[in-house]
Amino acid sequence: MTEVLEVIAVGFAAGTVSGLFGVGGGVVFVPSLVFLFGLSQAEAEATSLLAIVPVALVGSYRQHRYGNVAVRDGVLIGLVSLPAALAATYVANALPETALKVLFCGLCVYVAIRMGRRALRPPVETV
Amino acid sequence: MADGGQANGAVRQSVRGDAGDARQIAGIGLAGGAFSGLFGVGGGVVMVPLLVLWRGLNEKRATGTSLTAIVVIALFGVFGNSLFGSVDVQKGVLIGVPAIGGVVFGTALQQRLSNRALSGMFSALMIAVVIVYLVSK
Repeated sequence: MTEVLEVIAVGFAAGTVSGLFGVGGGVVFVPSLVFLFGLSQAEAEATSLLAIVPVALVGSYRQHRYGNVAVRDGVLIGLVSLPAALAATYVANALPETALKVLFCGLCVYVAIRMGRRALRPPVETV
Repeated sequence: MADGGQANGAVRQSVRGDAGDARQIAGIGLAGGAFSGLFGVGGGVVMVPLLVLWRGLNEKRATGTSLTAIVVIALFGVFGNSLFGSVDVQKGVLIGVPAIGGVVFGTALQQRLSNRALSGMFSALMIAVVIVYLVSK
């Protein structure tokens, strides 16, 4: 019973993160599937994608109702990213693990700084 | 990253087939795909900031648009992964169903927040993503 409640809580939290931040929710799904369900990292990533489909569908429908979706941008960006993701998987296998880690952390911290500075700017609402 | 004048003008999406539009959309799609392929992390964490900083969308519109892109990406991703049998359908459904409630709540909550607050929260999310990544890899 507690396990069921845990899963519900984690699922709900993942969905909330997805809706708030416009991400799939994998950042919550993947570690949860590993630690709560004991899936391997690869299984967790694949399974996370399945959970993300309905979440992203409902989330983007809600955001569309709120007037917050540039539909054409979204669909095109999704389509363009598919071959890039496939190609990058091969590149990732060719690169040393440490290089990937440093690159990833560097990029994330850079984005964190840029978005953080935006938050601290005087309030000028863009379109 | 040079966001030059593009983020300031922010005349978004009204001109169909404009060359700048196409370049930005292709760039964001490629970056999102490359990011998720390289690091095994969803493209959302890079698409949202690029939609804001480069394409000039406000934070709410960037997150909504990112979710739409993720629908496409996740659909193809699940199909690809299911060919190799690594998708655990039962567990995916078990954790995915409560998440649908979560996303309805999250998007509703987001409407009450300012775009600046969302930028600040996104910044914190990126730091959390780094921590989760370092712990899980």
